[in-house]
Amino acid sequence: MKRLAQHALFWPSATLALLLLVNGVLNPSFLAISWRDGHLFGNLIDILNRAAPLMIVSLGMTLVIAIRGLDISVGAVVAIAAAVAALLVGGGFSADGAVASRYPLWFALGAALMVAMICGLWNGLLVVKAGMQPIVATLILMVAGRGVAQLLTGGQIITVYYPPYYVLGSGFLLGLPVALWIAALLWLVLQLLATRTGLGLFIRAIGGNPEAARVAGVRAADIALCVYTFCGLAAGVAGLIISSNVKSADANSAGQLLELDAILAVVLGGTALTGGRFSLAGTVLGALIIQTLTATIYSLGVPPEVNLVVKAVLVFAVMLLQSAEFRALVLRTVRARAGAA
Amino acid sequence: MNDRAIVLEARGISRAFPGVQALAGVDLTLRAGEVHALMGQNGAGKSTLIKVLTGLCAPDAGQIKLLGREVSLHSPQQAQRLGVSAVHQESHLLPNLSVAENICAGRYPRRSWPRGGGIDWPETRRRARELLGRLGIDIDVTQLAGGLPAAVQQLAAVARAVAGDARVLILDEPTSSLDTDEVQALFRLIRTLRDQGVAILFVTHFLDQVYEVCDRMTVLRNGRLVGEYACSQLDARGLVAAMVGRELAETHKSTTPAPDTPDVPAALAARGLTRRGALKPVDVELRKGEVLGLAGLLGSGRTELARLLFALDSRDGGEIHVDGRDCRLEEPADALRLGLAYCPEDRKQDGIVAELSVRENIVLALQARMGLASFLNRGEQVALADRLVAALGIKTASIDTPIGQLSGGNQQKAIIARWLATNPRVLILDEPTRGVDIAAKQELMGEVMKLAADGTAVLFISAEIEEVVRVADRILVLRDRAKAGELPGGASEDAVYSLIAGGMTAGEA
Amino acid sequence: MKHPLLPLGITIGLFVAMAAFGGVRYQGFLSLQVFLNLLIDNAFLCVVAVGMTFVILSGGIDLSVGAVIALTTMISAALLQAGWNAWAVMLAVLAIGAAFGALQGFLIQRFGLAPFIVTLAGMFLARGCCYLISTESIPITDATYTAIAQARIPAGLDASLTVGAAIAIVIVLAGMRIAHATEFGRTVYAIGGGESAARLMGLPVAATRVRVYLLSGFTAALAGIVMTFYMLSGYSLHAVGLELDAIAAVVIGGTLLAGGVGYVAGTLFGVLILGIIQTLIAFDGTLSSWWTRIVVGVLLLLFCLLQRLFEARSRRTA
Repeated sequence: MKRLAQHALFWPSATLALLLLVNGVLNPSFLAISWRDGHLFGNLIDILNRAAPLMIVSLGMTLVIAIRGLDISVGAVVAIAAAVAALLVGGGFSADGAVASRYPLWFALGAALMVAMICGLWNGLLVVKAGMQPIVATLILMVAGRGVAQLLTGGQIITVYYPPYYVLGSGFLLGLPVALWIAALLWLVLQLLATRTGLGLFIRAIGGNPEAARVAGVRAADIALCVYTFCGLAAGVAGLIISSNVKSADANSAGQLLELDAILAVVLGGTALTGGRFSLAGTVLGALIIQTLTATIYSLGVPPEVNLVVKAVLVFAVMLLQSAEFRALVLRTVRARAGAA
Repeated sequence: MNDRAIVLEARGISRAFPGVQALAGVDLTLRAGEVHALMGQNGAGKSTLIKVLTGLCAPDAGQIKLLGREVSLHSPQQAQRLGVSAVHQESHLLPNLSVAENICAGRYPRRSWPRGGGIDWPETRRRARELLGRLGIDIDVTQLAGGLPAAVQQLAAVARAVAGDARVLILDEPTSSLDTDEVQALFRLIRTLRDQGVAILFVTHFLDQVYEVCDRMTVLRNGRLVGEYACSQLDARGLVAAMVGRELAETHKSTTPAPDTPDVPAALAARGLTRRGALKPVDVELRKGEVLGLAGLLGSGRTELARLLFALDSRDGGEIHVDGRDCRLEEPADALRLGLAYCPEDRKQDGIVAELSVRENIVLALQARMGLASFLNRGEQVALADRLVAALGIKTASIDTPIGQLSGGNQQKAIIARWLATNPRVLILDEPTRGVDIAAKQELMGEVMKLAADGTAVLFISAEIEEVVRVADRILVLRDRAKAGELPGGASEDAVYSLIAGGMTAGEA
Repeated sequence: MKHPLLPLGITIGLFVAMAAFGGVRYQGFLSLQVFLNLLIDNAFLCVVAVGMTFVILSGGIDLSVGAVIALTTMISAALLQAGWNAWAVMLAVLAIGAAFGALQGFLIQRFGLAPFIVTLAGMFLARGCCYLISTESIPITDATYTAIAQARIPAGLDASLTVGAAIAIVIVLAGMRIAHATEFGRTVYAIGGGESAARLMGLPVAATRVRVYLLSGFTAALAGIVMTFYMLSGYSLHAVGLELDAIAAVVIGGTLLAGGVGYVAGTLFGVLILGIIQTLIAFDGTLSSWWTRIVVGVLLLLFCLLQRLFEARSRRTA
């Protein structure tokens, strides 16, 4: 049991299981899954669907944090990508009453993802070539990016009328949400890259000691650029899914607070904020925990505002548990009590 | 000697960390007006003892008496208030503050309340100038400390340490980054302080410095006290024996120099290699199977040359040819691909990735060269790591132990193992034996010579001329960031020293 | 070797340049009231940015200040509605802000937690508490508050300042004094310069760090009070994103995000620059408000690149 508890994924899994248990006890229908309209249906499926964009962004954020970086601009990139796609798809009604998109769907999606990657590359260049601290470099895009998104949408909320666009956020494939498939695919690709190529080792070396990694011949600069670019791409994918889900692009609120949730998911999953070791599976669990939490609060009839307080408490708890000083303090107190008893 | 007043008396100091007993029942006696050396190999417990004496770390057992009164030191602040000051190895001064502020920080003179009650800056500057003057140092106290050379910062750090009427001054490896002149300046300062009645604890690796400036010494080995001696009592061989626990045989290079094959292009050749502010244009040639020694004072450009050869720093001029071919050499990854290897001077900063395991550290460079296209699977990694750990005698619980838990010497061996795994054509070793205990030193040098015998070209950089002379086939001497000359292997240390000294005649220095 | 006051000079120069640009381009730009308005409209930003300056000088960061401002307005409004005396309310929220900051500082110092994540969680917590008090805006009708809100301090030439702006000026002056002439202020610079060196020197690093975050919480609460004068309401959505503006003001003011270098006076000008951007855009009339964000982003970029350039140049010549 002790060895199980020491496994890296123990705490995230236990937390998630606990949340689901609480839900199941207080609200049995919460855990019910049925088959409807040709796909799986139920609260759990909803959670998986809504957690997908967060999972995707968090996966990108995991690698950035692992190389001692940070990207707080992901929310802004989500808004930008959504704006680009919505603009290019648009979807007015054509002469014969059918809905057409302004540009081919693949073009709109491709352009949005390309712009998102450029945003990520921009962040990477500031960090790697200009040597800026990651929080500053990405702060710039966070501040200016929303302005850019609003510029693109002209301050309006752009509604998308083109049905095929909705597949990303609301569609189903083999019974499960499309968004989940995308997230799973991304996770699989990253996991393979991390374990079957040197990438995992390089990232952990760069995060553990960037200078030593460089001396050892690791192409740290190139890897950092790739990681930031990928983070931008992930944010772009998430932006497409989110805007597809709400059938519109809102430059002001799309992706609001997403960076904070992503960082929280990464931290909950066990990746150290100081860089080095990381856990992709942990991040996925972290994203699920956050989404389940939101759903739990909603289904229990608790005011949604409580969400923020609970997230705060969670972050504090996880941070303290990750802190060596805190664990030492707890151990000393427990030992002292046991000794006195 | 023994009738000097005892200032600090530590008895039975013990301290354990997870997995290791750093100190076990160590005694230390410091007397006023005496320079006392603290000697021991890596892992002997010197830094732990210093942490205990400066209040950074509480001992598990033992007592400390200052001027006869028992004290318990629980913070640097409190230790300094009680009169125990230290100048630590790594950090001297705060670079963003002025010299005056660095010296007076924490004890600023204040304006009286009617005039505002804030810090009195003119008085601060005056006080700093006075303190420095008392020690014979004259520098502009309004300068930011970060702009000063390391040696000057250290002198100012000493001034700060004694500013608060310190009774005990601890100097932790103060001469590691100083050249000969600067060392002498520091020694003059130490003698001044000694004459003023301060008890000085001097920690160093350099045996000759111990005999030059110290009166007594305490030797530690494996966390235990070996003994306290007067410097006149114990000679260098005896000191080494006390530190290591056995007499040492010296290793000598087998005197078969590599056959001279002038037609074969040099393994590594650089022409006009230069970098602004670091190295004037230098030509270097490394031949297969040869050990080229690089000697020179600190600041002569040794490490800079090595870093330029390995493309760790970008060069401002010159070209580098590997095996006679011109090639792209912009970053370490390029150098690695060409078969170069570099064991850096500072293994903690540039060498190990502390959280990764020994195995991962060893395979890192090889995997980096293989890139993302191919991968050493776990079985191959284990086999490689096992082989090298055995070959170099690396002491570790297992190859999956985080490398940060190994001792300094074993970490150094692991870094060398990392580069050996890449089967390098050229191996650059920058101070590979610094901070390594004597036994490990012997093993490392043996490995190096074996490598050269197998055909690798080795560039061996060391501050210890005696070591360089013993091991090299050829010696390249640097002075003031330029080439001073070249000597054949087997040259005398005097020959090297005179090249280093250059225009100075004997008796000047 | 660059002069340490150079970044400050650049910031002031930029402000003057922008003012000159505005004066040339727009009629009525160069009036005293327009400039005083910069301070009036951004008084709360100015107050909180002074606290943020100290935090950043120490090498840390405080992302919770915007939320604490909102929480302050919320608690103030709620307490006033419950009949509390105005002055008691102000004292109470200042104490709460300081305690909140001190708690964050304690967690950061005692357990070695990263300031970024602790204050991030603090931000969640404070905003969450705001929502718990009320999701709607609570108006403030207390007589003392309305009197203060309407009071005008004459500043000559038909121009006037609000109480909030006056508070901002006082806080800036106090901040300058603390930074330059107190042990606390100098220790903050020391920590930013090198924490382990500062600790080895025997400086009170732990206590100072907790105090720095206490100061940040205090200035956030004070800024919240100023905001209640300005808005006369308590609302959970006040000051969203203000922490970023505060950080931008500090950086544009010449303080290095890595810590150890910077001046409180610079932050004042950083705030004024942010204000003047908005004023320029308002005077233009054709540009939409989101251009402000883009311009601030570009300015931040330029200043950060400049900082990097200076650092690289000085390292080369050293």
